[in-house]
Amino acid sequence: MGQDGPGDLTMVPVSMGTTIVATTFNGGVILAADSRTSSGAYIGNRATDKITPLCDNVYCLRSGSAADTQAIAGYVQHFIAQHQAEENDRISVKTAATLVRTLAYNNKDNLSAGLIVAGWDKHGGEQIYSINLGGTMTQVPFTMSGSGSTYIYGYADKNWRPNMTQEEAHDFVQRCIRYAIAWDASSGGCIRTVTITKDGVKRVFIPGEEIPPCFGELPREARVG
Amino acid sequence: MLPRPTTHSKALGPGVAGPELAVATSAVLDRPPQPGAHLPLSGAAPCAVDPASLHDPRQHTKYPMVTGTSVMAIKYKDGVMLGCDMLAAYGSTKRYKTTQRMYRVNSKCVVAAGGEISDFQHICTLLDELTTDDFRTDDGIELTPQEVYAYLCRVLYNRRNKFDPLWNSLVVGGVAPDGSFLGMVGMIGTHYTDNHVTTGFANQLARPLFRERQKDDMSEEEALQLMYDALKVCYYRDKQSINKFQIAKVTHAAGVSISEPFALDVRWDYKKFAEPTKWAVGAW
Repeated sequence: MGQDGPGDLTMVPVSMGTTIVATTFNGGVILAADSRTSSGAYIGNRATDKITPLCDNVYCLRSGSAADTQAIAGYVQHFIAQHQAEENDRISVKTAATLVRTLAYNNKDNLSAGLIVAGWDKHGGEQIYSINLGGTMTQVPFTMSGSGSTYIYGYADKNWRPNMTQEEAHDFVQRCIRYAIAWDASSGGCIRTVTITKDGVKRVFIPGEEIPPCFGELPREARVG
Repeated sequence: MLPRPTTHSKALGPGVAGPELAVATSAVLDRPPQPGAHLPLSGAAPCAVDPASLHDPRQHTKYPMVTGTSVMAIKYKDGVMLGCDMLAAYGSTKRYKTTQRMYRVNSKCVVAAGGEISDFQHICTLLDELTTDDFRTDDGIELTPQEVYAYLCRVLYNRRNKFDPLWNSLVVGGVAPDGSFLGMVGMIGTHYTDNHVTTGFANQLARPLFRERQKDDMSEEEALQLMYDALKVCYYRDKQSINKFQIAKVTHAAGVSISEPFALDVRWDYKKFAEPTKWAVGAW
């Protein structure tokens, strides 16, 4: 901003100023994210996939520096693959989250990454673990992270409740992302959701033009060009 | 600007009362009106703390707070067209979604701004004073866009010299008897005129489109479509923008018209957007 032109982009880190939300429901978890990756004010990728599989039954949501979260996810995918081969069984969500947390904690000075690890396993059912910047890991029934999450604390406080049905939970997280996108410049694009239950994984993609407009924006019918 | 009486009530105190008063009050004698580049005559002095008492001559924009993003403008057959979105961002928050970043100076000239909105509002006040002066002279003569452009260059450059810039990138567009006019003035006083001008992200994103497709004799439909495409790409790739735009047209025939807010048909329904990692599970 300021002088003409976006300035020197070579030194601006690629970050997923973002909105990520995860909630448990009766029988599984839903992870939701926006799709914007920006370096400074430039949108490097408007269709990012921030929901990354760590293994078949455990996915993670990435926020913060794109490079750092990609690196952590890559390492953990490798460790989990090895672990599952040795155990000949699916990894538990808690173990997967602990692997992420170990990397985040031991490298805390050099990383800028906030991850949410969520999944379903036969021991504990649906679980979500939130791993913050310093490496703190907490198990939570609902969490959100990223720059856009600040705009939806009020909405989430009012509307989240435990033991929702899958449809209610999907509607809830989709609205969370939508309302955050309305205010946060670092979040935008499309809404992606991933639902994990004991029966497997389901992906939903809501393209940007199908997101209903929020306050101050114009209705879809009014679009030209 | 010469000191002039203003439209404010004389009761507002020192700095506002002008030479019309037959007998100057003691308040006026103590603090006669002192216009300057950073204090327009219209009502500012009573509302501003004396800068000398703060021991800091700079009292305005050190960092931009509420900002507008790119502006783009092209010449076409009938005149000029300017386009920009309607967002005023507060850092990374998309705070105000119905800000008009264009200002109609007179029936022949429009100024649009990116950058700090409060400084743009101040510039609008300055331009309003000039236009009001013209109106009072009552001879039908209005400022040409070239004159507005030259005035804004001087204002911005002089503020920059005082290390107290107006944090804006301005586009001046209009029509004059000798043809259409488009100029850009930056916050440090850099200025140029051309057949298409852009500020902010549009420099990188819209200018290639304009170089390719803009012609001075393009029709209004072609110009509008080019403008839509340029606004669209800026919306896709600039995070501080929203899908709500205005286009201002200045033509020889019909003068200035600033459109109602409209949205563009944007596309996210590409197959590869839906599942970018389909064939590379575990990738991003």
